[in-house]
Amino acid sequence: MLHLTPAQIAVARKVPVYIAGILVALAAVWVLFLADRSWTAETSAGSAIAEPGEFVVTFLDGLTFAGLLFVVASGFTLIFGLMRTVNMAHGAFFLLAAYIAIDVQQRMVGKDRNIAPEDVSMLQWILPLLVGATVVAVLGVAMQQAFLRWNQGQDLRQALITIAVTIILADQMLFQYGGLAMKMTWPGDVVHFYDVAGERYASSRLFMLGLSLVVAVLLWLWLNRTRMGIVIRAGVDDQEMVRALGINVAVVFGITFFVGAFLAGMGGVMGGSFSGVALGTDGQWLLNSLIVVIIGGLGSVKGAVAGSLLYGMVTAFSPAYLPSDYTFYSIIFTFVILAVVLAVRPNGLFGRAE
Amino acid sequence: MKINSRTTTVIVIGIALLVLPLVGSDFFIDFVMTRTLMLGLAASSVVFLSAYGGMNSLAQWLVFGVAGFTVGNIVAESGRGMKLGWEPWVAVPIALVVATLLALVLGALSARSSGIYFLMLTLVYAVIGFYFFGQVTTFSGFGGMTGIDAPEFFQGEPKRIYYAAALLSAVVYVAFRGIARTPFGMALQGVRDDPVRMASLGFNVQMHRTLAFALAGFVAGLAGILNIWWNGQIDPTSIAIGPTLDLFIIAVIGGIMHLEGAWLGAFVFVSASIYTRDIPGIGRIGGVLEDRIFAEERFNTIIGLILLTIMLVSPDGLAGLASRFRSGKSSAADGAAAETAAPSPSTTDSSQQQQTIPGGQL
Repeated sequence: MLHLTPAQIAVARKVPVYIAGILVALAAVWVLFLADRSWTAETSAGSAIAEPGEFVVTFLDGLTFAGLLFVVASGFTLIFGLMRTVNMAHGAFFLLAAYIAIDVQQRMVGKDRNIAPEDVSMLQWILPLLVGATVVAVLGVAMQQAFLRWNQGQDLRQALITIAVTIILADQMLFQYGGLAMKMTWPGDVVHFYDVAGERYASSRLFMLGLSLVVAVLLWLWLNRTRMGIVIRAGVDDQEMVRALGINVAVVFGITFFVGAFLAGMGGVMGGSFSGVALGTDGQWLLNSLIVVIIGGLGSVKGAVAGSLLYGMVTAFSPAYLPSDYTFYSIIFTFVILAVVLAVRPNGLFGRAE
Repeated sequence: MKINSRTTTVIVIGIALLVLPLVGSDFFIDFVMTRTLMLGLAASSVVFLSAYGGMNSLAQWLVFGVAGFTVGNIVAESGRGMKLGWEPWVAVPIALVVATLLALVLGALSARSSGIYFLMLTLVYAVIGFYFFGQVTTFSGFGGMTGIDAPEFFQGEPKRIYYAAALLSAVVYVAFRGIARTPFGMALQGVRDDPVRMASLGFNVQMHRTLAFALAGFVAGLAGILNIWWNGQIDPTSIAIGPTLDLFIIAVIGGIMHLEGAWLGAFVFVSASIYTRDIPGIGRIGGVLEDRIFAEERFNTIIGLILLTIMLVSPDGLAGLASRFRSGKSSAADGAAAETAAPSPSTTDSSQQQQTIPGGQL
């Protein structure tokens, strides 16, 4: 075994930080100056200096995707932060809400397939969203009350219970909705194209970003400016003390679970409009939520913002700026950011040591 | 080794497995028992990490799959992947080295995390692995690989694969229990129970976790190689999130704190996957709104319900139920003797395990 003096350990601990810094700097130089020049490798988007439009579009793609990531992951992290419950059913809630909303939208528009955005009014998008998200929120609270409430604190057991719920839900969704991809239709009012630095840009993505910002602001106001939010934040820090002060923590738990599952559902409807849903979308979004909260730090809403931005940017930039023959390696970058963040901060960027 | 009821049971089951091919049908041997032993082998690495190392790993199925993909890339002569077309035996050491190294890297990366954080992290590795093999066509692509030949010794000989799986299962079972008694295993269990105290006693906590993870990766790799010989094909869907969770579920159903629970859980899982579809009306569980093409089996719903029931009733799984039953019985039989003498091995054994029920110490 290795024996090091404290001074040597301190130096060794810094090594990952330096490596991470160098990697980030190299990537930035590549994206800003070197990519897709005549004398470097060909990439699908040009470097920021040569093709500012393509750079801005990639940046906006990352930002809008980060918005969607935040909506979904903030629900996950909210539940974990207060209750220490890892809700593995988060992805299933995402998918279920999307399916329900698509169903409701089809009924409201009166068409089964090929719904054009012009046929959809704002109401015919918002109402399905509210219905889908509320249904999964109620389902989430039901799950919490029936299965999770009485083994509070046994986190592996709770995670496995939610895994069981996920498996059952996924199988039943396959039964009800089949394995084909489905898509929610954006309302016609938000489907335009803007001109961004010489490139066309879909306004629906900006609408999605706007919604995410609204969610973020409301969440911040709720957690920081209301009595309920104060109780929740106090509960995150010291649950026993909150209980001792005469606050009914069980009710707070229920409400938090409602909001967390609602956010999963809302993200599901937004994601269903943005890229459609299919069999397996639940696993994909469970993965996305996990990556965001692991990067950002479990239980921290601030961390969810940081994690979403970082992960969103990497998923947008890595396929655009990898040499064209190697774009399929972009998945590795997800792993790389995870590895780098964990090497530097094992509890995530804003996580606290247990 | 003292003979207690647990050891006796294991020996009896071992002999039964040995003579089983003489009495069981070919279908039962090939599709139920061989799969049970292979999945049990893979699940035993999950149980080992959880029971002795306190690490709840969802990455074992990834390592299992990577061993399979490695064999596939080396052995297959046509189709996707690298199609090197080498001799099947050559692929074995390479696949084992790749699996172990992967586990070593992943273990080193996650050794500072523990508990539920570790579970999530390893789930992320597993799903990234799925996308990796799906997208990187150099090694497979979503279509997967077929025509991966087993060594000639095993070709067309399901009973030989069965015996290989049985032998490896026995060796791994004995080895894991043996390792638990070595200084390394003792230290590992110390790390599981109190990492801070072990660190202050001078043990390298992360090193122990990483090495245990690599060892478990080796075993998962063994199971992966057997599986590819049995199966002859592999595709990324087979290492997607569903099967990844299934392996962990096998370990949990069997009892994640009991090594033999791995094979017990695998048997329940495989039996459920094969025999439940024969039960009339099983396809109608839930989903009454519309009839769909997938309706003939609701196997996943059943597995989900089994898992839910196990988690609500007995979080230490079927093996936990059995050992509770055994210790209950033995203390009733020789209750008077137990009061004066030291507790019998089986009761100390189970009472220690009771304290480390999943989630309890996390």
